[in-house]
Amino acid sequence: MDPTQQWPDAGPVVRPYAMTSGRTTPVRGAFDLISIVMATRPPEDDDGLHPESAQILRHSQQPVSVAELSAELDLPAGTVMVLLGDLLAQQLIVTRSPTPARGVASRPVLEAVINGLSG
Amino acid sequence: MDSVVSDAAPVVLPTAVKILIAGHFGVGKTTMVGAVSEIKPLRTEEVLTDAGIGVDDLSGVEGKTHTTVAMDFGRITISRDLVLYLFGTPGQDRFSFLWDELAAGAIGAVVLADTRRLKESFACIDYFEDRETPFIVAVNCFDGGERFQPSDVQLALNLDAGVPVVMCDARDQVSSRRVLVALLQHVLSLPV
Repeated sequence: MDPTQQWPDAGPVVRPYAMTSGRTTPVRGAFDLISIVMATRPPEDDDGLHPESAQILRHSQQPVSVAELSAELDLPAGTVMVLLGDLLAQQLIVTRSPTPARGVASRPVLEAVINGLSG
Repeated sequence: MDSVVSDAAPVVLPTAVKILIAGHFGVGKTTMVGAVSEIKPLRTEEVLTDAGIGVDDLSGVEGKTHTTVAMDFGRITISRDLVLYLFGTPGQDRFSFLWDELAAGAIGAVVLADTRRLKESFACIDYFEDRETPFIVAVNCFDGGERFQPSDVQLALNLDAGVPVVMCDARDQVSSRRVLVALLQHVLSLPV
């Protein structure tokens, strides 16, 4: 097969999984697209982090969602979640507990959103 | 910056909530996200394998079909403690498994509809009805599209009487915000 025809498809698939050593679920924490994370400090040279993990730390000096990190770093959301799990285990990030599947928004939250949108 | 300690004082991270903007291909989902978002709509991608759904070991990836699914999303900061995210759901029916992940924890959904292609909204509506995800239907009034009354649309889509139908212009910020407010009010009106 012509390798130039093979590689364009392989790129985005192979690389993220290589980055996570083939893992698709985080070792710690359950993240979803709107999980908010924040770095506890900037990356340092002797952290021994993947470049992508260091990038995550740099992009999360302020609270940021998994979806935004995925978009800004151009990485699949699943890959970001795996890397975040490692960073959480190393206490390099903090996160909010994952959103429950049901009844996520209480009445006061819904009302606050309505007021925010109407204002 | 070396002196920054890792176990810093507890930080209060904002609460994030999400609303789904659903509807068939080309109905204006990303347009609506862009109209209300404070940021240019961003795109997040997920690589999925057809054979790997619900399976978390991808060691034997040979022969599996990989699909990259893209979702556009936007953000509205309500306050320092509260952020609303809007996700445009992927248009194709075959990605409904991805919707499960998206729909989990969502406040509700806006099903954008086009009166010229009402039939194409059925898959979406069925999905949210089955999942019991609160939703409203927002008719995107395209130029040249025939104008209908909300009650006509409700009848044509065979909606439960309780499901609100609103008219909107997905390009317009005020109009699109009204749609979101209508959804939130609908959610508030539902029995707990």
